[in-house]
Amino acid sequence: MPTSTKTLKERAAILQAVRSFFCDQGFLEVETPIRIPAPAPEAYIDPQECGDWFLQTSPELCMKRLLCAGCQSIFQICKCFRKNERGHLHLPEMTMLEWYRTHADYHQLMADCEALLHFLVPGQLLTINNTTVSLSPPWPQITLEDAFNQFSRTPLQTAIQSNRFEEVLVEEVEPHLGIQSPVFITDYPAELASLARLTPDNPETAQRCELYINGIEIANGFSELTDPDEQRRRFEKEMTTIGAAGKKPGPMPERFLADLARMPESAGIALGLDRLVMLMTNNSSIDQVVAFTPETL
Amino acid sequence: MYTASDLKKGVKLEIDGEPYVVVDFTFSKPGKGQALYRTKMRNMVNGNMFDRTYRSGDKFKKAELIERAMQFLYSQGDEYIFMDNQNYEQITVTKEQLGDDLNFMVDNMDVQILLFEGRPIGVTLPNSVNLRVVQADPWAKGDTSGSDTKPVTLETGYVIQVPPFVNENDLIQVDTRTGSYMTRVKE
Repeated sequence: MPTSTKTLKERAAILQAVRSFFCDQGFLEVETPIRIPAPAPEAYIDPQECGDWFLQTSPELCMKRLLCAGCQSIFQICKCFRKNERGHLHLPEMTMLEWYRTHADYHQLMADCEALLHFLVPGQLLTINNTTVSLSPPWPQITLEDAFNQFSRTPLQTAIQSNRFEEVLVEEVEPHLGIQSPVFITDYPAELASLARLTPDNPETAQRCELYINGIEIANGFSELTDPDEQRRRFEKEMTTIGAAGKKPGPMPERFLADLARMPESAGIALGLDRLVMLMTNNSSIDQVVAFTPETL
Repeated sequence: MYTASDLKKGVKLEIDGEPYVVVDFTFSKPGKGQALYRTKMRNMVNGNMFDRTYRSGDKFKKAELIERAMQFLYSQGDEYIFMDNQNYEQITVTKEQLGDDLNFMVDNMDVQILLFEGRPIGVTLPNSVNLRVVQADPWAKGDTSGSDTKPVTLETGYVIQVPPFVNENDLIQVDTRTGSYMTRVKE
């Protein structure tokens, strides 16, 4: 059954407000192609084939190429496609808000998130089910390692080595994240951040942050890796993992790698707009905030 | 074979030689991480429930279940004998397996029997069945107690609430899914 008109109106108002926020901050709204020849190879994200090409899993590579071409602060609201992702928080076709800033790092992105929510929710309180999340900044930041230590008996490294990272994260850690206030999880192990810059004084971790509200992952950002050789090596590693799972990796994004040498220091973040609308309208399933789901088509 | 992405409520799998049905299912996936398929399953033979989490690459054997139309022939102690309407083979189902269905079973009744690798694991009765009332207190005229039903006993021994006008020897229709009275059958 299609979503209620009331929710569709709320959704439209939120999208409108998001655009106003970024335009007011001097961001340029861009549109990049949805159908592309070479998505970023990511071990656990399956692109949807579309003829000889693919539907984008994220606008990341094209937006970064715009930074290489001289754009400074850009944002985009677009559809992204990921095969076999379907659940109460997942749609195989979803709406992404993605923004980039040159001469910035992931600390600036976290400040952007705080300012965006401050703008979208004037009352600074989100009521979700029967709990209230306070949006007053600053929001706590906690490293992924500390989050595991705090909420699980399995340390982060043990979980990764025993291939239980996702189980522990989803079952033990995530339910505690962003309950009273949104929270940023920061400093992911380097192997969990294929496109992120490593922390200068600790190359074991990458400058990646994830925003959680009410136990739900809302946004994922990082200080961008700008070294094309290192990026190629990481893509090759992802492709090896894809091949080992019996899947065929797509082609290497050569044009992106060629441009990357010219990319200024930058930071970028992707925010799941459907999930944000879901939280802001106090709905418990992503199905309730989109006009149609695959099952209703 | 199923893969993890085929999992959803109602899917029937074979694990360690036993048939299971998925009764609850959650898809989870940290943005950059591997997908998790968290399931709650019920063993279709003994009813035991358990939780298990699967990943994208996991594969499963489909539980080979077939449903066959059979007729209830007779009971012998705790064993109930059914006959396959097509090949006339007879199979035995235990009293324990039939459970509450016994309240509605009469000789020659047509049922569906679920077989897992040839052995019966479940019986589906028709949605309604006609059963004779063997014991009923007469409707006391002038009863002003306000109660609009009374208990009667059926030929299977099952005690059911019926409207006051139902008498001993009447035939009534019963909903086998809820165990409740539907209507009185005219003969």
